Amino acid sequence: MTDQTTQTPVATPVRSKSAKSGILGLTSKDSTLLMIIIGLLVFAPFLLNPFPEGSGMAQFNAGYPDLMQRFVIFGIFAIGFNILFGLTGYLSFGHAAFLGVGSYAAIWSMKLITLNVIPAIIMAIVLAGAFSWVVGKISLRRSGIYFSILTLAFAQMSYALAYSVLTPITGGETGLQIKNTDNPLFGSLNPGEIGRANFFGLEMGTSYELALGNWLFTFNLGYYIAAVAMLIAFYLSIRIFRSPFGIMLRAVKSNQQRMNYTGLEPKRYTLWAFVISGMFAGLAGGLMVAMDTQVGPERMFWTASGEVVIMTILGGAGTLFGPVLGAGFIKYLENIVSKINKEILHQWFAFMPDGIEDLLVTMVYPFVGKGWHLTMGILFMLVVIFLPGGLVEGGQRIAGLFRRTKSADKES
Amino acid sequence: MHPDPKVADPMDQIIVQILNGLDKGSAYALIALGLTIIFGTLGVVNFAHGALFMMGAFCAVITSKVLSASHKVVDETRTDFLGNPLQVDVFYVQQWFGESAGAAIMDWAVPIAIIFAIPVMILVGFAMERGLIKHFYKRPHADQILVTFGLALVIGELIKYTFGANPIQTPAPAAFTGSLDFGVFLGYEAQTIMYPYWRLVYFFFSAIIIASVFAFLQFTTFGMVVRAGMADRETVGLLGIDIDKRFTLMFGLAAAVAGLAGVMYAPIVAPNYNMGLDFLVLSFVVVVVGGMGSLPGAVAAGFLLGILESFASMPVIVDILPGINQIIIYLVAIVILLTRPRGLMGRKGVMEE
Repeated sequence: MTDQTTQTPVATPVRSKSAKSGILGLTSKDSTLLMIIIGLLVFAPFLLNPFPEGSGMAQFNAGYPDLMQRFVIFGIFAIGFNILFGLTGYLSFGHAAFLGVGSYAAIWSMKLITLNVIPAIIMAIVLAGAFSWVVGKISLRRSGIYFSILTLAFAQMSYALAYSVLTPITGGETGLQIKNTDNPLFGSLNPGEIGRANFFGLEMGTSYELALGNWLFTFNLGYYIAAVAMLIAFYLSIRIFRSPFGIMLRAVKSNQQRMNYTGLEPKRYTLWAFVISGMFAGLAGGLMVAMDTQVGPERMFWTASGEVVIMTILGGAGTLFGPVLGAGFIKYLENIVSKINKEILHQWFAFMPDGIEDLLVTMVYPFVGKGWHLTMGILFMLVVIFLPGGLVEGGQRIAGLFRRTKSADKES
Repeated sequence: MHPDPKVADPMDQIIVQILNGLDKGSAYALIALGLTIIFGTLGVVNFAHGALFMMGAFCAVITSKVLSASHKVVDETRTDFLGNPLQVDVFYVQQWFGESAGAAIMDWAVPIAIIFAIPVMILVGFAMERGLIKHFYKRPHADQILVTFGLALVIGELIKYTFGANPIQTPAPAAFTGSLDFGVFLGYEAQTIMYPYWRLVYFFFSAIIIASVFAFLQFTTFGMVVRAGMADRETVGLLGIDIDKRFTLMFGLAAAVAGLAGVMYAPIVAPNYNMGLDFLVLSFVVVVVGGMGSLPGAVAAGFLLGILESFASMPVIVDILPGINQIIIYLVAIVILLTRPRGLMGRKGVMEE
């Protein structure tokens, strides 16, 4: 523990304190971060629903189960991707393949073995891990753009095969759903009953609704299961970042040659990072199936791989919190901003004189509604150009501005 | 468009597949050529190159729309079904150039678009290099990939916003519709090997462009300097030559090549906002297979993969190895990258840091 902290530049300033307050082997700074994440996850149904029902702003509420689940699932996916890209700098353009494999594994587990989600998720992690080991073993023989192209080629092959030849396993174009003919081994379904995913008997859709005044908060079991998974994923990610293994991965990024000369083998470490991030992707894929019992091959298409790249970079590659932030940001854009249409814009700008109102609506309209992809693309470009550290770096810079003025006051 | 599957003779099957592979291969080769020029000169991995190809295709769409612009004229002599005077669409080009010349101009919109596309695409390339990519020379390749990927997304979305999400049919001139009975030349019966005229045009067009790019680099002083700069940028700079300016022009040239590939491809596949990214993925595979930085490699790999893809779609082969037509390109890429790490004709020391 102590020698870890000495090697980690981030942890050094707080080392003296952290030695005693090491919850779960974390430094105090990291445990604060973990606590913040726990708080955010537990109270998400409140935090994401700040506007009362029926008010004009209610459409910005993101606190409904379906979207909250997506936040955390894609958070896991991005956390995993970040372990590979953020630490080693290997840019994989085929991570969606592992998510897809995880999804298919999970749905088969539900179809054949049991409708409980836990075995399904474990199956998803194991199979995605195995698949990513094979892909990683081959792709990691090259680096740089060649590595990107190799992973892309594998993912596109998986997509094409899932779409066509592997139809008996993947359901082809229509994908797989749980049907009334499925009768899992450990299940007590009446003939003809369509099975539902459950957690030791509790259905995933189970929700408790709390009405407080004009507010309606939904606490959904599926969301909390995904949230626990993300918490574990986040904790593991902190541990990996702070471990000697994580330092090796950073060494792969900064100077592979020196590593070679030191007698260390960069490939072994990178392969492990690849497999771990593949398993995270598998976990995300398994959770997707647990929440909504269906899979289609489009989940493996290369645009899905591109999406996780965008999330990670936008939030901040190589930071702990960045990928989660990026995933939340993109999913919020996708689900909330895409719903804004012309009428809503006219309502907002209604207080303006007519001419200006129309002008504003025409100016804003291309960026919302169906144009949210445009907003995302522009934001992504701006971040890559001006903020290589993503939104997290942006936040730190702003915080740094305040801190500098404060500390300057103190010192004088 | 595709040949008759009933044909049993293996030899004409093979000829048919080679022909089919040529037009797709031409498009791959043209895009890969541009990508390689950019990579070889500026050392930038341009993920927005597919978007340039798409912009070329939309140049064709715009030209054909502009040329068939019309205005309503009330024709007093005829009435519509309600008995009111009939409103007739009058095309401006027909008004200005006369009935038949105007019709011919509208019919030849796609070839005319070439004239319009060359300056536009050179300008676009120039603006892209000066405005964005210039700032990324010193950043890692991953950053270059990411920012150009973002640019490709933005261009795609702008196209979608302007032209809508549906593909826009842009027909070839009437003279080139229909198919050439290619088999007759080789002594087969009529109707054995049919090949659409436009695809033949596309193949010759791309052959001319590829030849002129190579000739330009090989036989002009400008090309010589650029080649020298590709080999050793620093020394060329020390000799007092402003190599950056020339490289910027080469970026414009590469954009124009991609744009022309797009213009002429518009009649083959109706342009839509996704075609850029679709082609990009494949052309990158092509570049990597050909060898990063090798111009002949890019062209050879383009045609090779195009032809392999069409061979893999032969019913005989799909029967033996189902799904092979979907994955052949990626499979070849993986095998080549693992056995010949620099691709088919890659040079030593390119992208190997």
